Amino acid sequence: MTEFTPLPSLLGGLLIGLSATLLMWSHGRIAGISGVVGGLLDGATRGEDRSFRVWFLVGLLSAGILWSQLSTPPQPGPTTAPVWLVVVGGLLVGFGTRLGNGCTSGHGVCGISRGAPRSLWATGIFLLTAMGTVYLLRHAVGGGQP
Amino acid sequence: MKGAFVVWLAGLLFGVGLFSAGMTDPRKVQNFLDVFGNWDPSLALVLGAAIATHAPLLALVRRRKPLFARTFQIPAKRHADQRLLGGAALFGIGWGLIGYCPGPALVNLPTLHASVWAFVAAMLAGMWIAHWVGLSKSR
Repeated sequence: MTEFTPLPSLLGGLLIGLSATLLMWSHGRIAGISGVVGGLLDGATRGEDRSFRVWFLVGLLSAGILWSQLSTPPQPGPTTAPVWLVVVGGLLVGFGTRLGNGCTSGHGVCGISRGAPRSLWATGIFLLTAMGTVYLLRHAVGGGQP
Repeated sequence: MKGAFVVWLAGLLFGVGLFSAGMTDPRKVQNFLDVFGNWDPSLALVLGAAIATHAPLLALVRRRKPLFARTFQIPAKRHADQRLLGGAALFGIGWGLIGYCPGPALVNLPTLHASVWAFVAAMLAGMWIAHWVGLSKSR
């Protein structure tokens, strides 16, 4: 059970929206995490395109460092799922976001903000399968996480 | 690269936003997805606030050229196809299983939890497989 946290969540959404705006305004780029990372892995990027991706990831990791140093405990723990399940989940997230050209940020935030029908479809589908998966994990199988 | 600082700052804001939002807590994410259990609607507000902020500002920003680039890089495709729907479905299953989507997983790396590193390694492998079998965007 986690508490409903309207204010921090609204503030978080605001910051994410500002970040996406900043990237579009400065470099005309979409703040899609899976696309930024995936493009680096594909090895097709060089020059400014590559620097852009690297700087954005360095910024993300800086936030992680800052947060893990400054935030007061208790910090949220990692997933408690068994390692094999973590690996299966990671593979699905990585493969799926590349196949579907985007994740929560690229489709969910940027695509919907732009009014792209395919992003609306993608977001609807991944929310549905994610909700279905959690339902199976918690209510049908029953042996899942608390 | 010109404007590197701005890109770094955008990454920082994005990451701090994810932490503040609660998206970096896999339990909170799964509780949001658990609509038939003890539903925690917080993450709906994250998406709502992000879109409510970005949509109007994006319209404003797109009236001129980007500061440090010649053009906006916006996908020409607007309509869904099978690949998109299949990819989104698989991504959702993985997201539901563990509670990490790509951003929150990456931004959690500095917390040094082994399971986060395992997830990111598997995620990168999944992305690489998509590229290897010719199904990633750049093909």
